Amino acid sequence: MLNFTLRRLLIAVPTLLASAVVIFGLLQLAPGDPMANVPLTVPPEVKQRMREALGLGEPIHIQFWKWLVQFFWIEPQVLIDHIFGTSLSEGKLRVISWQTRSPVMDIVVQRLPQTLWVVGTSYAVGILIALPIGIYSAYRQYSVFDQAGTFISMVGYSVPTFFTGVLLIVIFSVNMPRESFFWFPSIYDTTHVVDSWSAFGFQVRQMFLPVMVLALYNAAQISRFMRASMLDNLNQDYVRTARAKGAGERVVVLVHVLRNSLIPVVTVIALGVPQVFGGAIITEQVFKVNGLGHLLIGAIEANDLPMVQTLTFIFAVLIVLFNLIADVLYGILDPRIRYD
Amino acid sequence: MSLRSVLLGAVALSAVAPAAFAERGSDGHVNIIYWQAPSVLNPYMSGGTKDIESSSMILEPLGRFDETGALVPFLAEEIPTVENGGVSEDLTTITWKLKEGLLWSDGTPMTSEDVVFTYEYCTAEGFGCAQGAKFDSVSSVEALDDLTVKVTFSAPQPNPYLPFMGGQSPIVQKAQFQDCLGDAASTCTEANFNPIGTGPFVVDEFKPNDVISMSANPNYRDPNKPAFATVTFKGGGDAASAGRAVLETGEFDYAWNLQLAPEVIAEMEKGGQGKTVVGFGTLVERIEMNLTDPSSDLPADVRATREAPHPFLSDVRVRKALSMAIDREILVEIGYGEAGRPTCNLVPAPELYASPNTDCMTQDLEGAKALLDEAGWVDTNGNGIRDKDGVEMEILFQTSTNAVRQNFQDAIKAWWEMIGASVELRNVSGSVFFGGDAGSPDTFQKFYADTEMYANNFDGTDPQAYLAQYRCDNEPQPDNQWQGENINRYCDPEYDALLDELAQTGELEKRGEIAIKLNEMLTKESYTIVPLVDRGRVSAHSNTLGGVVLNTWDSELWNVADWYRIEE
Repeated sequence: MLNFTLRRLLIAVPTLLASAVVIFGLLQLAPGDPMANVPLTVPPEVKQRMREALGLGEPIHIQFWKWLVQFFWIEPQVLIDHIFGTSLSEGKLRVISWQTRSPVMDIVVQRLPQTLWVVGTSYAVGILIALPIGIYSAYRQYSVFDQAGTFISMVGYSVPTFFTGVLLIVIFSVNMPRESFFWFPSIYDTTHVVDSWSAFGFQVRQMFLPVMVLALYNAAQISRFMRASMLDNLNQDYVRTARAKGAGERVVVLVHVLRNSLIPVVTVIALGVPQVFGGAIITEQVFKVNGLGHLLIGAIEANDLPMVQTLTFIFAVLIVLFNLIADVLYGILDPRIRYD
Repeated sequence: MSLRSVLLGAVALSAVAPAAFAERGSDGHVNIIYWQAPSVLNPYMSGGTKDIESSSMILEPLGRFDETGALVPFLAEEIPTVENGGVSEDLTTITWKLKEGLLWSDGTPMTSEDVVFTYEYCTAEGFGCAQGAKFDSVSSVEALDDLTVKVTFSAPQPNPYLPFMGGQSPIVQKAQFQDCLGDAASTCTEANFNPIGTGPFVVDEFKPNDVISMSANPNYRDPNKPAFATVTFKGGGDAASAGRAVLETGEFDYAWNLQLAPEVIAEMEKGGQGKTVVGFGTLVERIEMNLTDPSSDLPADVRATREAPHPFLSDVRVRKALSMAIDREILVEIGYGEAGRPTCNLVPAPELYASPNTDCMTQDLEGAKALLDEAGWVDTNGNGIRDKDGVEMEILFQTSTNAVRQNFQDAIKAWWEMIGASVELRNVSGSVFFGGDAGSPDTFQKFYADTEMYANNFDGTDPQAYLAQYRCDNEPQPDNQWQGENINRYCDPEYDALLDELAQTGELEKRGEIAIKLNEMLTKESYTIVPLVDRGRVSAHSNTLGGVVLNTWDSELWNVADWYRIEE
């Protein structure tokens, strides 16, 4: 297993380099200009000087090389400096965002907690909802509960989050009276600091709508996987054996069947984790949660190439990493699977 | 005095009291939302409106424009003019006198050195200052004493109120920015995110592209202002949700620039939490006529340049007919409602420079058809499209992607087809269309289409630079990487001569006359530019926010120091 992991990690290096090249190339080919949002009242000569100040005049391969050096050599030094208080990176040029003219990684670090809180919670909530529904739907296949579950998950899966998000806002923020317990804010207060129980209560309230929108979407997906996997196992011979030897229904379903059915579901959940870091672009936009998805979409609109490049590359790293984790987990959970 | 009048007087006083006797910070917290989020709080780093307006709460210029476009002193004692001796007779220098006792928010005195430094900062080599145009005509800025600054121009400047005037060129603190000159500008993140200013608020925390937390400046020059102790300035999202947050849910007190369909705004106003305010400036939605041939059959260095005149739009009668076919009232109704009014002018305001021209106001389809017939454009081959000398009148009409503009395109296409033209519509993403990328065939500058629609305006109240865009040779062309501003490739020596005259005229009346003539040459005389709608700005504020004066000539937040809470 260790051998397999090491081999996969080595293969990841060229994979990631190739994806960095592809991302960079695509961004170069994509039309657009970082000066597009500058009002037309700014004369073209001034815009040209602004472009030059961003380093846009340099040849493409030099721009790419600079980014590589900044990302793989200087940014880690900044991190080391931050942890150990050293000054390795002093005076070195970091990856600078074109919009804010400040280091990209500082902004990423600032945005990460909101994404982990909101999207992470919604993923956890989604899983907690999905597993029981999936299990019970499979156990009582074609029952009213199963049909209803199927219907709700089809709705959750096929209705886009920009619709459910706005729908919830209309119900819970616009039409609900302000004094009501069921009133929830439509705009996430990103300056809120949790320092007391009432502040925590407010945090829960303001996370409620975005978390529910995303949880519905995630739950729909995972519950279908859970149900399918349970159905596969319920018809297996070992289930009949378990029942034949007198095991109770609870033991049969929750011990024998569930443990075996969870193997593929766990890997599906692991593969979904990079999405948590990637943020929920649309939901974050609808509720104005200042997470990574919000950051990415803003950077794309503003043609802030260093920011888009860095963010997409970080997502690529996470996807490669969690694919590896999912494979390893599969081997650990299912002793029949061996990679060596 | 009767008891009755005493009581009445007391009631009247108590109504005025919250505004008149408010102490600094007595009105608590105010929430502002801009659907474009500020990226940096230094207007010299970014030309974006969101950045300029958010930083205008912190940084201040010497003077601002008020809601009528008149000049108001802010850091200056008064606005220098030729009459009070502040502007020299030959229009080459302007001398500003600062108010006494001004302090930066960190408590240090603000002096003329800071003004001189601001000039050095923006003009430093390698910086790429977004407001460079404000200082292009300046040859030197010097401090005569601690409170006096003299700006010298390289040539007579009939409008000397460019540098240090308005939200675009506020004064920055020398002590904070002195190590940030030129190439070093991007290394000063701390200064760019937390500028020390003289304005009513100071930054407590800035999260780029998201939110600014501000509190009242303890050293603000008026001891009773601002009325609000703290501000949350939220950015991001879209105009609809910003409008909803003020008008329907009441979570925010002020929302900027609600570019929404009129019926959407009307629906939101029924929420009853706030109201909209409208202000008109110089923003005009227009159709630009391409006077050159954009045909892809032409070689790249000739296509859409003055070497290749347009096959039919080079005829003024065709351009006029296309303008006559448009019903501007209907366009306003479908696109802007209260926030728009029909116009025939490129320069719709200020009054001094606005032409009384209204001859495009009524739609005249029959007149347009007759004019085309007269010009020789008739349908000879019976395919329903007018033609002449084998050239069909096929119009490619492009604009940026935006719901209102696509509605306009549909309506205009229908009218143009009624008078016998064939129209193909095209829309390009705004970031490409306005991007100015010389390699892209889709930019508005390259104009590889017959007509195009967008909006433009000018900074401040003087249209000279704006009208000078239409000078010969200022057109986008291969030689200048398609970066010019004369989008139509208009060229008239008479126009250029008049521009030169404008640049040397100081007397306001005369300047107005010349500007009106220039405007008419581009619009009703040549139909090079076909103005459609004078677009106002719609913003919204909650019912409990007082003191809002919508200003389209400067930052919308220009008088944020005077805002207060209306008690319910």
